[in-house]
Amino acid sequence: MVLTVSRRSFLVGGAALAATWPLPAFAQGKPVKIGLLTVKTGPLAQGGIQMEQGIVRFLKDRNYTLAGRKAELVVGDTGGNPAGTKTKIQELVERDNVDLIVGPLAAFELLAITDYAAQAKMPILSLAAAEDMTQRKPNPYFVRASATSSQFMHPMADYAAKELKFKRVITISEDFAFGHEQMAGFQRVFEDAGGRVVKKLWPPLVTPDYTPYIAQLSGVDAVVQGFAGSNPLKFMKQYKDAGLKLPVLGGAPACDEALLKSFGDEAIGVISCSAYAGDLDTPSNKRLIEGMVRDHGNIPGLYAAGLYINGMVAEAALEKTGGRTDDKEALIKALRAVSLTDTPRGPFRFDHFGNVIGNFYIRRCEKKGDKLVNTTIKTYKDVSQFWTYDEKWFLAQPVYSRDYPPLRS
Amino acid sequence: MKRLALAAAVVVLAAAPLWVGGTYYVNVASQILVYAIFALGINVLVGYAGLVTLGHAGLFGIAAYAAARVMNGGAGHVTVAVVALAVTLAAAAVFAALALRGTGLGFVMITVALGQIVWGVAYRWISLTNGDNGVSVTGRPRPLGLSLASPAAFYWATLVVFLVTVAAMAVFVASPFGVSLRGTRDQPRRMNALGYHVWMIRFLAFLFSGLWSGVAGLLYLYYNQFVSPQAVALTASAEALLMVISGGTGTLLGPIVGAALVVVIKNVASAYIERWNFVLGAIFVLIVVFMPDGLVPGTVRFWRWLTAARRPAAPAAVAPAGD
Repeated sequence: MVLTVSRRSFLVGGAALAATWPLPAFAQGKPVKIGLLTVKTGPLAQGGIQMEQGIVRFLKDRNYTLAGRKAELVVGDTGGNPAGTKTKIQELVERDNVDLIVGPLAAFELLAITDYAAQAKMPILSLAAAEDMTQRKPNPYFVRASATSSQFMHPMADYAAKELKFKRVITISEDFAFGHEQMAGFQRVFEDAGGRVVKKLWPPLVTPDYTPYIAQLSGVDAVVQGFAGSNPLKFMKQYKDAGLKLPVLGGAPACDEALLKSFGDEAIGVISCSAYAGDLDTPSNKRLIEGMVRDHGNIPGLYAAGLYINGMVAEAALEKTGGRTDDKEALIKALRAVSLTDTPRGPFRFDHFGNVIGNFYIRRCEKKGDKLVNTTIKTYKDVSQFWTYDEKWFLAQPVYSRDYPPLRS
Repeated sequence: MKRLALAAAVVVLAAAPLWVGGTYYVNVASQILVYAIFALGINVLVGYAGLVTLGHAGLFGIAAYAAARVMNGGAGHVTVAVVALAVTLAAAAVFAALALRGTGLGFVMITVALGQIVWGVAYRWISLTNGDNGVSVTGRPRPLGLSLASPAAFYWATLVVFLVTVAAMAVFVASPFGVSLRGTRDQPRRMNALGYHVWMIRFLAFLFSGLWSGVAGLLYLYYNQFVSPQAVALTASAEALLMVISGGTGTLLGPIVGAALVVVIKNVASAYIERWNFVLGAIFVLIVVFMPDGLVPGTVRFWRWLTAARRPAAPAAVAPAGD
């Protein structure tokens, strides 16, 4: 008896969604499954755990219900290596039958699974910044609401050249693709605006001591650093200990909000550009920050906010498909058509590659009371991954790399 | 009796896609076989030659990278396999010529250095290896016109290669060459005095070991359709060495058991236990403490001890057949 009643209420609920009527009501009763690929072990774990916090925070805010369907999160720990990521995505797709995937964190993880995901027609909403994922080797099932590696460095370079009037800089960043792409993006825009990158330094990803590199930082107007993970902490500490006074500019992870509690006074004055700004005054950002402080005692940075935003993108798309996820073509179309105004990163939409067009924030790190905060000093609106360049021209150039654009002698 | 057990094992393995429950587990099984081939290759050096190597992921990766480059150049799959294995053999010859200048710790250190050089090339020679973004390939081979695109088909193909590997190992171990190799492990000076060319025996064993590492690397590429510097990193070499040691060096079954253990914990247990690294570490510690010679010899010993302990109490229960 009880069973039939609940069955009936199911049917009534299903009937309300006229668009989904041909579908058996049972399918709508199934929860929508979101797979999270993240790194919970190894050197990248800090960012990976924040990613999980972000998406969990989002689902809690929605009471685990998206577009009228129950939502379920399945987490896969990739261990931060490509082969592990491949196995985990297979697990999520083939065993857990997830409807879409958020993550992974690192570019090399994403590149290892992109072909598989396209074959499986599995929508992926990732933070990984690899340029070519939405440029020269696009994946039709890919959506990126955060940024490409260079997308935040383009405005940073514009600001450095035009507002700060810097002429000569040295760049320093980790010797891997994310670092290369960031610094190359900075170089192109900075040099097109009349500036000059005089030297590019590439310490390895795991460097105990930046002293030999810091010793080479002189004779310029500013230092541009593109460190990620916990490396900005190490670098800035040693930078200050060496007594350097040159202004420091940085990318999104270089002065991320989540790092601020670990920085000392050495971070004061660092100017960085990010897709996320902690002081952005939108209702969803406030809710996110409140929730994160309540749950984890720390303000969110790009990783947590990025996953929260990915959750919002998924929700908006599900609302458009009436909660349906079985038609992957329709789902990815809906995902890419998402355009939101109230998000923790402000308004944004997607270009035809599935990459975000949105606001980027230039922030200065300041001390307020006894706490460090990033204060937004300029907002670049509607920034595309191609900056102000023509898309065709941009794509005809080689992808940003360690040696491209080359140093001018 | 032994043959019957072997045949039963093959049947059970061949039927795996039918009983493991789901494509995900079929893929895990494929990975176990790939790593088992790799571990068997390393075992030739570690187990039978007494030379501990920490650079074999380099050879594994060279095969994968070479295959990926040739495949992206548009070559057919036969060419891909031949070129990849030839390049791996050549690299193994260079590795061996350099590493065999030392034994013991010296040998280990040289293999570490060589592995790191391969890693450096994979990471930094961007025009060749695409740096840390890695190289992607599309398509698996179609031997005899059979598609390997589905997980089960790929598993069976890997199983065939695996069985060939095991057979090759069995023949190798039993052969006079295998015996002389073990001789160089236990009594290199005496072997030398008996007129054996110790260096050449070790060199050939290195090539043989490198060849199977290359085969595993090739399968790895076909399985993942992607290779990046992580595949050739020192941790990959160490992990493979741990498979051999935890399973039991110098046995045929040991590396296979070790590969299964590591792959299962890495992939399956990590879905349920957040601190799976800890579990893996704890298991290694337990193995080292209770079965220092590895799981397979340890279990055999344990079994003998068990049956010996039971014998006086219940003599009738013990089968008279000898071991």
